[in-house]
Amino acid sequence: MSGQERQTAAQILAAYDGPPLRIMEVCGTHTHEIFRLGIRKLLPSQVELISGPGCPVCVTPVGFIDEAIWLAEHGVTITTFGDLVRVPGTSGSLASARAAGARVQVVYSPLDAVAYAREHEGEQVAFLSVGFETTVPAACLAAEQAVAEGLSNFSLLTANKTMPNAYAALRDSADVFLYPGHVHAIIGTQLCEDLARQGVSGVLAGFTAKELVTALAVAVRKAGEGEPFFVNAYPRVVRPEGTPVAVALINKLMEPCDTEWRGLGVIPQSGLRLRDEYAAVDARRVHGMPHIEGRANPACRCGEVLRGACKPSDCPLFGRGCTPQHPVGACMVSGEGSCSAYYQYGGDLL
Amino acid sequence: MSAMEAGKVTLAMGAGGKQTSELIERVFARRFASPLLTADDAAVLESPRGKMAMSTDGFIVSPSFFAGGNIGKLSICGTVNDLACMGARPLYLTCGFVIEEGYPLDKLEQIADAMAATAAEVGVTLVAGDTKVAGRGQVDGVFITTTGVGEVVEGASPEGSKAAPGDAIIVTGDVGRHGCTILLERDDFGIEADVTSDCAPLWASVEAMLEVTRDVHVIRDATRGGVGTVLYEIAGQSDVGVELDAASIPVDPAVGGVCRMLGLEPLYLACEGRLVVIAPQEHASALVEALRSCPYSGGAAIIGRVTSDRPGWVVLNTEVGTQTLLPQPTGELLPRIC
Repeated sequence: MSGQERQTAAQILAAYDGPPLRIMEVCGTHTHEIFRLGIRKLLPSQVELISGPGCPVCVTPVGFIDEAIWLAEHGVTITTFGDLVRVPGTSGSLASARAAGARVQVVYSPLDAVAYAREHEGEQVAFLSVGFETTVPAACLAAEQAVAEGLSNFSLLTANKTMPNAYAALRDSADVFLYPGHVHAIIGTQLCEDLARQGVSGVLAGFTAKELVTALAVAVRKAGEGEPFFVNAYPRVVRPEGTPVAVALINKLMEPCDTEWRGLGVIPQSGLRLRDEYAAVDARRVHGMPHIEGRANPACRCGEVLRGACKPSDCPLFGRGCTPQHPVGACMVSGEGSCSAYYQYGGDLL
Repeated sequence: MSAMEAGKVTLAMGAGGKQTSELIERVFARRFASPLLTADDAAVLESPRGKMAMSTDGFIVSPSFFAGGNIGKLSICGTVNDLACMGARPLYLTCGFVIEEGYPLDKLEQIADAMAATAAEVGVTLVAGDTKVAGRGQVDGVFITTTGVGEVVEGASPEGSKAAPGDAIIVTGDVGRHGCTILLERDDFGIEADVTSDCAPLWASVEAMLEVTRDVHVIRDATRGGVGTVLYEIAGQSDVGVELDAASIPVDPAVGGVCRMLGLEPLYLACEGRLVVIAPQEHASALVEALRSCPYSGGAAIIGRVTSDRPGWVVLNTEVGTQTLLPQPTGELLPRIC
């Protein structure tokens, strides 16, 4: 940088003396790494890092867990990533349903769920498809595989979310967004460019210590210049065009729908559901599921934590009724949840 | 064709009759032979000169054969290392087997081979044993219990409650290899990596340290729960704080890679050949040098220090120069790790 003294990213952060700045890291993995590395301690007091709604488990509403339990209680084998098993529904979790005799199978890939269905012809098998653009392609691949094989016992229970309209809903919650690297590895950077033109600033960040600290340094320096901006600080992985083949696969099987985010309410057209052509692998339609409305523990403040409106330790349950061993709210269940990260890495102690 | 010729363990081999004798003769007696191991009901032994240490441990690891060892080697190392952690030279071991009906005799022989070789390497004598056979499905393959007696080196008295502020914290090699090996052998994740268990007998390493100084405050083997769990235990027992330098903790690159993929912390993966040593700072570099000269502790390193701050907590100095808490242990990630 000509005319300026060379500084490390950490020095740039420490030297920031501009107005208060709220930076929201949208991605749950970013939240986890920021806590694990203690990155908040590198920031001057007027720069605030807010954990956004980017942990799939955390933003999945209580009603979805109730739906999964409804399926399990109706004899359907639930296949899921492990962290959903302990998330509390309105009354009980999949773990308690399993203890009561339901079949709940933890898998590490949606294709493992298809393999399970193939090997258990006599069982109806549903895979819990949660997560963002990063995980949807794998679920779509699994559904396509099941259709191609003619499996009649495999379906998806979807609660997938997409980022574009979520950014719009969150735009007043922060001054700069730390965009989730792997979502944009799929969908590309056009959206971020468009948001910058609409006045929403953001930096696309990677996941190592160096990448995160660099992205934050870029954020504070660009914010100091005063104009809305977008910088791709994760170019080794994110290309402007994203991964078109994955996007095409998503669009082939799924279409946008309104969906509920825990803590944010219903955001129009921010979810994905299976298209009518794929009704045969849509668990809600295959099993004739009624509409199920969930109810969260009223003392739990996950919703406000997810909007950055309160710190995890401001919640009356934090560390008392709600710990990673005995979670009440979704943000304490997942390792990517802000309450869990805050608790485990000593957010209050250090 | 007899069962012995068919190469499988039968219920009759555990019934105490002729077939039991044949099993013991073929598999155990010739491998474990010593003047102290007789056909009588109990071994009669010379008493150790000094204080005696005694420990027992059960082994149910699944799978029972893994890269870098098998349940037999593990069953000797586990008890030898428990004795070594008290500053005790291992003298005598007993072993009890529970074997599943139908278990292949050649695998049982490989297990016994590993036990004999490891015991010989340490210089510990197998003085008594027991063999039971359980029906198919009542036990998974083979379970082994070993009990050991050792002689405490004069002047040595390492204990978990003796960590003192200012002490150095040493690990005797890279962390998390055994847990990672077992995790990969189970093949639940479809990940392949070149990782070998660290399973090893550590008496020689402890003996080398005690030759440097008897003033070693704590020695613990970081088995289930790994180094992180051991450090939290010691912090609690000694009512001190522990401060680690993340960059100095030795982790094999393949283990680190697997951990990053699965979101695991290497400090919480089991080791079966690693000790956590806490000793006064002035002895630390001599201890590390002595450890590095031994076959199973060549990768010894100082990873942190004991403090009087935040008693009961383990704090990490991170790679970006900040401090965070090492998350508290939540129990072993995998069942049947050892």
